[in-house]
Amino acid sequence: MEHSANYTRTAIALHWLIAIAIVGTFGVGFYMHDLPLTPFKLQIYSWHKWAGVTIFLLVLFRLVWRFTHRPPGPPVGMPAWQHVAAEFAHRLIYVLMIAIPLSGWLMSSAKGFQTVYFGVLPLPDLLAKNKELGNILSVVHTALNFTLAGLVVGHAGAAIKHHFVDRDDVLARMLPFIRKF
Amino acid sequence: MNTFTSKIVFLIGLVALLFISNVQATEFNLVQVDKSSLSFVFKQMNVPVEGVVKSFNSQISFDPAKPTLAKAEMEIPVSSIDAGSDEANDSVVSKLWFNAKVFPVVRFVSTSIKPLGNNRFEVAGKMSIKGRTLDAKTTGTFHPEGSNGVFEGSFSLNRGDYGIGEGSWADFGTVANEVQIKFRLVASAAGKK
Repeated sequence: MEHSANYTRTAIALHWLIAIAIVGTFGVGFYMHDLPLTPFKLQIYSWHKWAGVTIFLLVLFRLVWRFTHRPPGPPVGMPAWQHVAAEFAHRLIYVLMIAIPLSGWLMSSAKGFQTVYFGVLPLPDLLAKNKELGNILSVVHTALNFTLAGLVVGHAGAAIKHHFVDRDDVLARMLPFIRKF
Repeated sequence: MNTFTSKIVFLIGLVALLFISNVQATEFNLVQVDKSSLSFVFKQMNVPVEGVVKSFNSQISFDPAKPTLAKAEMEIPVSSIDAGSDEANDSVVSKLWFNAKVFPVVRFVSTSIKPLGNNRFEVAGKMSIKGRTLDAKTTGTFHPEGSNGVFEGSFSLNRGDYGIGEGSWADFGTVANEVQIKFRLVASAAGKK
């Protein structure tokens, strides 16, 4: 299929909205995991779970958008290996954006705490309470998160390199206001 | 119907009547803890969390023929309350929650049992938690199961009434006031009167 010249406004909005939500939710998760038990801990855990469900839904919408709106292709003259690497990294980031909230949801169920979206909508428990499984899923959730964090750093680093070293429009097409500079 | 048959029918009726009255005279008074269960559900951030009481002592004397004379008593060591996670269990025994060092036992003693019909009973009594004794009430059902008697019911308890969860926990915004308690007590008839 033909590549389009630019990302749609919706694609750009989803990219940045999800990016900010992920960085914030990751930070909250990192901060909260060894808090002592207080009402604040119960609150922040719930907020984290609600944020995770929201990100999951946004990513689903984004995937639908992506499949129905072709993104622009690689810049002319970019080495093939970079294209393959970018393609692989992007796919893995999408997989993780789905897998991370899922692993959190499953972990919560296994630990015996149902997820109730915004305190109103109870999500079904796909797993029964199981302490060992809960601990395993906690490790999985953490590992997936740090993998994503590594990929995000690489992704941002590559975008900056495209902008300042290769001097192409890879960053500018996702961040249109920097075109002026 | 001839007289002989009617005599037989009368005898069968008499035997049945004796049998029934004998069953009704059974007093269920030995609680079988391993077959009984006590659980509860509380809500934190509107998320229902289940807990169980792992062990407890209970004395019951219940004669279905004389329910108003029935008595029930229950003692729960605070340390046997499993609130769903290790973290929560550490809190349960702590000073702000049950203060188990000073008040190691939760106790319920019935004061009256009122038949409501249809094998339903209202049990009123005194609940003692954390140094406070308050009136408590529950409705339950009774049904025989084999040679045992089974008492089942549920009631809600407001944790705030007993000071369960003080300090920052006293607010019901995160952990709700209402706790639903469910019981199933199985008792056998150890000694017949």
